[in-house]
Amino acid sequence: MSVLERAQAAPLAPRPSVVNDFSLVVATANGTGSQTANLTLLRSFFKLGLPVHGKNIFPSNIQGLPTWYHIRVSHEGYIARKPAEILVAFNPATAPEDVRALPAGGVCLYHTDLKGLPQRDDLTYYPVPAAELVAGIEVPVKRRPYLANMAYVGVLAWMLGLPLSVIEGALAVQFDHRPKLVEDNLEVVRRAHAWASEHLTKRDPYRVEPMNKTEGLILMTGNEAGALGAVFGGVSVAAWYPITPSTSFMDALREFLSKLRRDEEGHPTYAIVQAEDELAAAGIVMGAGWAGARALTATSGPGLSLMAEFVSYGYFAEIPAVIWDIQRVGPSTGLPTRTSQGDVAFAYTLGHGDTKHPILLPSSIEECFEFGWKAFDLAEVLQTPVFVLSDLDLGMNNWMGRPFAYPDRPMQRGKVLGAEALEAQGGFARYKDVDGDGIPYRTLPGTPHPRAAYFTRGSGHNEEAQYSERAEDYVRIMARLARKFETARRLVPPPAVAHTPGARLGVIAYGTTRYAIEEAKDRLAQKLPFSFLRLRALPIGPEVRDFVAAHEQVCVIEMNRDGQVHGILRAELPEFAPRLRSVAYLDGLPLTAEWVMARLTEEAQRPM
Amino acid sequence: MENPSVKTNAPLRLNAVGLSKKDYDGAPSTLCKGCGHNSIASQIVQVAYELSLRPHEVIKLSGIGCSSKSPAYFLGMSHGFNALHGRMPSVATGALLANHTLKAIGVSGDGDTGSIGLGQFKHLLRRNLRMVYIIENNGVYGLTKGQFSATAEEGLTLKYAGKNPFPPVDLCMEAIVAGCGFVARSFAGDAKQVRELLKAALSHRGTAVLDIISPCVTFNNEDDSPKSYGYGTQHEKPLHELGFIPPAEEIAIEPLEPGEFRLVELHDGSHIRLRNLGPDYDPTDRMAALARLQQAQEEGEFITGLLYYNPSRPSLAEVEGLRTPLAQLPPERLRPSREQLEKVLQTYR
Repeated sequence: MSVLERAQAAPLAPRPSVVNDFSLVVATANGTGSQTANLTLLRSFFKLGLPVHGKNIFPSNIQGLPTWYHIRVSHEGYIARKPAEILVAFNPATAPEDVRALPAGGVCLYHTDLKGLPQRDDLTYYPVPAAELVAGIEVPVKRRPYLANMAYVGVLAWMLGLPLSVIEGALAVQFDHRPKLVEDNLEVVRRAHAWASEHLTKRDPYRVEPMNKTEGLILMTGNEAGALGAVFGGVSVAAWYPITPSTSFMDALREFLSKLRRDEEGHPTYAIVQAEDELAAAGIVMGAGWAGARALTATSGPGLSLMAEFVSYGYFAEIPAVIWDIQRVGPSTGLPTRTSQGDVAFAYTLGHGDTKHPILLPSSIEECFEFGWKAFDLAEVLQTPVFVLSDLDLGMNNWMGRPFAYPDRPMQRGKVLGAEALEAQGGFARYKDVDGDGIPYRTLPGTPHPRAAYFTRGSGHNEEAQYSERAEDYVRIMARLARKFETARRLVPPPAVAHTPGARLGVIAYGTTRYAIEEAKDRLAQKLPFSFLRLRALPIGPEVRDFVAAHEQVCVIEMNRDGQVHGILRAELPEFAPRLRSVAYLDGLPLTAEWVMARLTEEAQRPM
Repeated sequence: MENPSVKTNAPLRLNAVGLSKKDYDGAPSTLCKGCGHNSIASQIVQVAYELSLRPHEVIKLSGIGCSSKSPAYFLGMSHGFNALHGRMPSVATGALLANHTLKAIGVSGDGDTGSIGLGQFKHLLRRNLRMVYIIENNGVYGLTKGQFSATAEEGLTLKYAGKNPFPPVDLCMEAIVAGCGFVARSFAGDAKQVRELLKAALSHRGTAVLDIISPCVTFNNEDDSPKSYGYGTQHEKPLHELGFIPPAEEIAIEPLEPGEFRLVELHDGSHIRLRNLGPDYDPTDRMAALARLQQAQEEGEFITGLLYYNPSRPSLAEVEGLRTPLAQLPPERLRPSREQLEKVLQTYR
């Protein structure tokens, strides 16, 4: 029996249509150019007005290892990861496992070159003769395999009823309106679509219909959004060392800065340095922040380790700096291309001695943008390193979002004294708490006043910034730094709280786990109603205490093994420690609503 | 050949920016009495005064170690940054990207540069950040009580550390190999040479490295140690006598025999006059410089002077195309407009 016959003979009873509600996964080997085809699909759904999200699950490798691209379409707007019902099997190495993972009633589109595909009679199979469909198209041999991926786009378009005109629009964006590329790719899509229409019979229930749920929205990665936010925060110096998954942050930053930050004559008003390591990157940021330029670095866990000494220095010497950590799985090099929330505890107290740092916790591209500029205000107002902890899932994948709001206030540059102020007050003491908020005044190098200078050091100092090993001086400085952290508590973004009246269960989470939790919250609305507090920053403010106090049991959901924020909350709210439960899990993949539902149900049944 | 301004050292005499020499002092030194580093600090004070530097236009940076304490002991009216061990180059890079119009004087040591900071040192030179990078080189770790540093001579025996089994890192050779365009070696006991080199270094386009042998009177000053005062005073072999000529000053070329002197124009229009003291030495010949250093190492010679000079490479700020110091950009030049944001977002719809 040929593949074609088999597909048509599948013994499935007709089922009601499933419209705009499915999850599909494209399994390929990396380095084969499937990303273009996948993003074209993603953008097509988006352009059709369907709530959509794509996740690239890829290996730490350049060519040949398995990669999966998940796309979820949900008319209800849910975008958490969900096991796929539709598989595009283009990778012989993983095809058997991929097919076995499909649920009953699932669909498998397979490359006709694949041998030994498992046969299940509860699936619908559609062949994709990719090589055949590309034959005869005039492109360099090198580009042919890339083009072949467009064949599954065409067959999927046929299967789902995705209009070719929409795909054309998506291709135009994908190829930046370069006609030859758009046309070549579209030609393969057309051929595949025509071939499928002629040879295949639709036997699965999945299809799409236009909606208007993405009207006015944008589609962007978290790293692009964060970099754009930094540009609107006035970043002027950036230093970094390449590390997945932060590299695309710096790529985007370079791109945006080169367009948006030039003087009248076209000269850049910024500098980006690819440093020799993360240590140097942190040093460059400290030097620039000290001298008065807004400076950032972006890294991931291993890089953060190397920055520890400088961050500690920055805390004690009180230097503004912004550090983006796009979290990946550790320890060591861990799973470098998988997502995690494993650096929170490390970053929160990064350094030697007593150190603690404000941390911003974005969960969406809107928050990446917002925290992108706000982080600089916080760093300069507080004169301290500020972290933004994103993750690989948010940073490297495309997310829908509302167009970003332009910063709603002028830049806050903090307590910086110029020559006139120095003249008026006859000098200053660098580390003295004049205003009672723990934040001292500083001057910038180059300030033309004989009393402007001070000596910055990581070693013990008194309020006049003079070297001191006196016990009283150290205690005084450290007590003021603790006071400054209390000021930070009031300045960082407050949590987002969704109270469910009457709910006995509360959930606290942060970052990208929100999508699985929000979906679970809706689905459990009857069975296990819960309130949800999403932290947007550390240190916590009074809202968190109120939230915990208002619920009998509070589960802290996070993507790490040991419940890092759970630990922080227990330490900050010792009187409520018994009611705080850790619901932590990390396997490198974003959480699913199913997992959240199961775990919360389990926790709710456990005695207090 | 004396620079006439050297003699104008009267206590209350004011320089061109209205400051006395005392105005360039720092806090009292806490280093050991007689430490070579103190002598270098006082030459920095002297040079800043003579060149009429505006203190607020200078920043001083250092790493960690005895050497790195010394920025506190000069130019009290300049901002200072005592950074991490071996990491001063990165801090300097950030500070000078934020404000490339500042003059930066970095002070490091042989442990700070030759061991923990060797990586940052090399990359600083690759990028050619415009700064004076002084290595106060004594061959030992002082603050931790006398361990060998990476510049200690092979076979050297010290009371604490025993016998050094490893060959030294020659930081001047490292600098030349890394592409540095101003490499000099001097001796803390040769105040005049240190001064003239400092002046020239401040006029250089990129990173200027001064490797100054600066004896540690506590841990490495036995006369048989090549980094002691006694040895240095007896064995220093200057390649030339140096004289710095500021840009505005007329150059009086004395009637010397050809081959006896060289006049090297520095990036800002100033000059350095080199009078050969031995065989003709051409500091613009990179391979010759390396060969001379190699020969000195093999023969145990203590050569000093301007070893290599080449101003052709642009500084980091030039490469980056910086104009207005980034730290001085007004808010409207830092934050793009609402319309620009809308335009960017349009491409993501």
